[in-house]
Amino acid sequence: MATKWETVIGLEVHVELSTETKVWCSCKNEFGAAPNTNCCPVCMALPGALPVLNARALEYTVMAGLALNCEIPHYAKFDRKNYFYPDNPSNYQISQLDLPLCINGHVEIALADGTTKQIRIQRIQLETDAGKLLHAGDDVAEADSSLVDFNRAGVPLIEIVSEPDIRSAEEALAYLNKVRSIIKYCGVSDVKMEEGSMRCDVNISLRPAGSDRYGTRAELKNVNSFSAAARGIEYEIKRQTAILEAGGEVEQETRSWRDAKGVSVTLRSKEEAMDYRYFPEPDLPPVVLTAEEIDRIRQTLPELPDSIMHRMMNEYGLSAYDASVIVAEKEFAEWFDRTVMLAGKASAKAVANWQTNELNRVMNARGLGPDQIPLRPEQMAGMLKLIEQGTITGKIAKTVFEKMIESGKDAAAIVQEEGLTQVADEGELLKIALEIVTANPKVVEDWKSGKASAVQWFVGQMMKATRGRANPQLATKLVTEALEKHAGQG
Amino acid sequence: MALTRKQVEHVAKLARLSLSEAETEMYTEQLSRILEHVESMNRLDTSNVAPTYQAVALQNVLRADQPHQSLEREKLLSQAPDHEAGCFKVPKITEG
Amino acid sequence: MPAASTYKLSATRLNRLFLAGELSAVEITEAVLQRIAAAEPKVHAFLEATADRALERAKKLDSRRRGGDTELGALAGVPVAIKDNMCTDGVPTTCGSQILKDYVPPYDATVVERLQGAGALIVGKTNMDEFAMGSSGENSAFGATRNPWNQGRVPGGSSSGSAAAVAAEEVPLSLGSDTGGSVRQPAALCGVVGMKPTYGYVSRYGLVAFASSLDQIGPFARDVEDCARLFSVIAGPDRRDSTNAGRTPPALKFGGEPSLKGVKLGVPREYFAAGIDPEVKARLDEAIAQLKALGASVEDCSLPHTEHALAAYYIIAPAEASANLARFDGVKYGHRTANASGLLEMYGKTRAEGFGPEVKRRIMIGTYALSSGYYDAYYKKAQQVRTLVMRDFEAAFAQFDALVTPTSPIPAWGLGEKTDDPLTMYLADVCTIPINLAGVPALSVPCGFAGGLPVGMQLIGKHFDDHKLLQYAWAFEKVTNHAAARPSLEGGL
Repeated sequence: MATKWETVIGLEVHVELSTETKVWCSCKNEFGAAPNTNCCPVCMALPGALPVLNARALEYTVMAGLALNCEIPHYAKFDRKNYFYPDNPSNYQISQLDLPLCINGHVEIALADGTTKQIRIQRIQLETDAGKLLHAGDDVAEADSSLVDFNRAGVPLIEIVSEPDIRSAEEALAYLNKVRSIIKYCGVSDVKMEEGSMRCDVNISLRPAGSDRYGTRAELKNVNSFSAAARGIEYEIKRQTAILEAGGEVEQETRSWRDAKGVSVTLRSKEEAMDYRYFPEPDLPPVVLTAEEIDRIRQTLPELPDSIMHRMMNEYGLSAYDASVIVAEKEFAEWFDRTVMLAGKASAKAVANWQTNELNRVMNARGLGPDQIPLRPEQMAGMLKLIEQGTITGKIAKTVFEKMIESGKDAAAIVQEEGLTQVADEGELLKIALEIVTANPKVVEDWKSGKASAVQWFVGQMMKATRGRANPQLATKLVTEALEKHAGQG
Repeated sequence: MALTRKQVEHVAKLARLSLSEAETEMYTEQLSRILEHVESMNRLDTSNVAPTYQAVALQNVLRADQPHQSLEREKLLSQAPDHEAGCFKVPKITEG
Repeated sequence: MPAASTYKLSATRLNRLFLAGELSAVEITEAVLQRIAAAEPKVHAFLEATADRALERAKKLDSRRRGGDTELGALAGVPVAIKDNMCTDGVPTTCGSQILKDYVPPYDATVVERLQGAGALIVGKTNMDEFAMGSSGENSAFGATRNPWNQGRVPGGSSSGSAAAVAAEEVPLSLGSDTGGSVRQPAALCGVVGMKPTYGYVSRYGLVAFASSLDQIGPFARDVEDCARLFSVIAGPDRRDSTNAGRTPPALKFGGEPSLKGVKLGVPREYFAAGIDPEVKARLDEAIAQLKALGASVEDCSLPHTEHALAAYYIIAPAEASANLARFDGVKYGHRTANASGLLEMYGKTRAEGFGPEVKRRIMIGTYALSSGYYDAYYKKAQQVRTLVMRDFEAAFAQFDALVTPTSPIPAWGLGEKTDDPLTMYLADVCTIPINLAGVPALSVPCGFAGGLPVGMQLIGKHFDDHKLLQYAWAFEKVTNHAAARPSLEGGL
């Protein structure tokens, strides 16, 4: 009988904090600068240099911890993690071992089957990023030599370590998205995996379903995107299952994910496992936070996605789906809130509708990121007002919407320039209806013989004649009137 | 407690120090003697004693998040044993 | 004032004469450089003389003084030498090691900035045991400094050059660093005043780290007043060092009738244990009698954990050093081996070629003490012992204002005498090491001779009582006048 295997996953997420300066020195924390232009004795580990903790890095770490429901211990300290590597100027990393800044947090994730699950967070520690290595030929294994850029050395990093509560690639993705979203909302990082401001290592093992003992885990590094995480997990599940089914044992080791080839390879075996020789950092005093200080930082937290979602659902009656699309990115939620503020609470559902459908579609088609919303809240609110006032029809609105994005102009301006005002004058509409009816005797016959679609057709013609500006309800009413009148005339 | 050759080789590897046969031999002997002396600490009962890592207790030493003038790259690279394209150059990295 | 003996003048005197316009900074500098040139073949205290820079600065100082500038500084016109493990912008800083043979820092240490701000004229970088690891000066990669009192003898270490330069009257003031006694012990062996301030008084920014929780920069001088002057210039807040206490020492004034009335002194018996040279003991007994004569009450006391301090130090210091010296890897600065085909080989050979045996020993002990499975037994245990050592001092200072001990149990030994056995060398620091573990201040002041070689008396105080120690030492100096003794450097220079 085949064993049913349960996947046990823990994730270590590294996030670069978006402080102005590095964590131990005042060099700029800046992505994309020319190599080695943001360096100083401290981050270059020149002899005699000493670290000084960036107050904002401390604050951001505590914010992230609070946002992830962590406890903030009264006392925290730093430790040296010792290992040699060219991207690490001092050949030790200042990190936190036993007394990190945040512990015992959790996030709630929503799964496709409609259920929610809590994933616990073990700890969040503040540590130091390393420089960047460029390998001749891009592959470290092949390269003859490597070049080191220390701009990134010293950038503040928080490492968010989850408990091994995750059970599938789906849960892993949900967790990653949730954490990313919350961190982004806090404003402490721009969490862009493609720029390296968010990275992820996966710890994965299998055990017989129902067992409460942990299997041997493999650590998967070099996972460069969320989708790569999912692919890596699926591969590991297959790889480890095959080993276990054949009666073998999974090696405890560190593996590297090779996304292009879709495989993981051994990086370091257990025997080669690093002995980091941690010891308390003698150059840095401990951090002691009072309840008041922690509270002060808590007050600076913005509204977080879950809370915003619930508010939208309760206050505006949005569906869970719409609310979740809107809170997916902080910029979307802000855009929504601003638009609703301008357009009025009663328009909330309409705003949501336009945002999750039309705007979403346009942004996806153009590959625009959340910081590139191509429409201003003022524009959206303006257009909704015109619809509400009856100045334009729903159908014309779609055109106006496109044109607002193209031109950047306000709805009112576009409507005026292009003469898109709704035609709602009954007299005028009737006149047009009569003209069309008179001109199309054949369709009139259809109508007489009971064809319902005939009315539709006439309405369509009215739309054509008015270049879409006719109020649809009125058009239908007046077409019917016109037909009856015409029929009456015999 | 004497150190074995193997232990000294392991420690030298951790510390990235290439030692010759003769040196390993010599250091094994010297380090063993030093550690033997250090063993005297074990005579002390420290079961209820907290370790002190910093003799003059300070806390919360922080710095404002404001940028300073970084070092000129030229100055940095002038000290580099090897450099190229504005970067420090190192030989083939054989371990990940 | 005849130029020939300008170099003999104290810093306090030189500063006064300069400010009064009686001696120009250039005259002073030239006199000192001349003396250095004459003495160096016998002493080898310097690794680098910065003559041109010093003369440049001297000229500028003179011109400012002539222009009427009165804010020239407490050390204006005073030549100073600096141990070669403190960074000097544009001037080689080797730490006595091959691995930094050609290294030129792009920045100044805080103490260097403070010296320059006070008008001091830095005339050179002094020799030292490699990376401050040693007690004799023989671990320098560039040849050992000699004791000016007897050139066949060691000057002590690791601040060997800084101590010898002051003793040989090459400079009136110098800076050293003290991790386990590296200022006090050479001060004692060379017959000068040397001080290790309270940990955190003087910024370590720019001091190449040996053991971060123990290192402090300290002054050398030929008398206490000069020492206090230098101390007041280098001590104070510095935001670039997170272990700096942010405190400024109280201003000191010396003068009047020397007296120690009301001062309670303790004499810890553990420092007078077996191994102390009988002549050294005799000098200390005489010194203690002098302290009593000055009005101090002197009592026997005990610091029971003293014997374990050495063991704790020889775990803690190497452990911290093993991490601090990891940056010397041939990647960014310093020596890189010419024969490596890959990174691992590059690391291994660079460090093997660049570091001397003592440095390698300590790196390995430190690495071992921190390694998996050994941390609790060694590193953690050592830090627990440290707590016990600190408690000993706390208890003593509840009773006493200061403690009196020999600085070194033996006077200067012969060059080459202890180099075969590292452990014997380590034992030279028994009297100085506990002070570093506790972070308390201590100074060494000359108290006589043993067979023609200087003996030092150590005064130990509680945290931030540095100014009190200087007062006590000044009083002692006034009634004993050992500071007047000068080595002849064999052959009348």
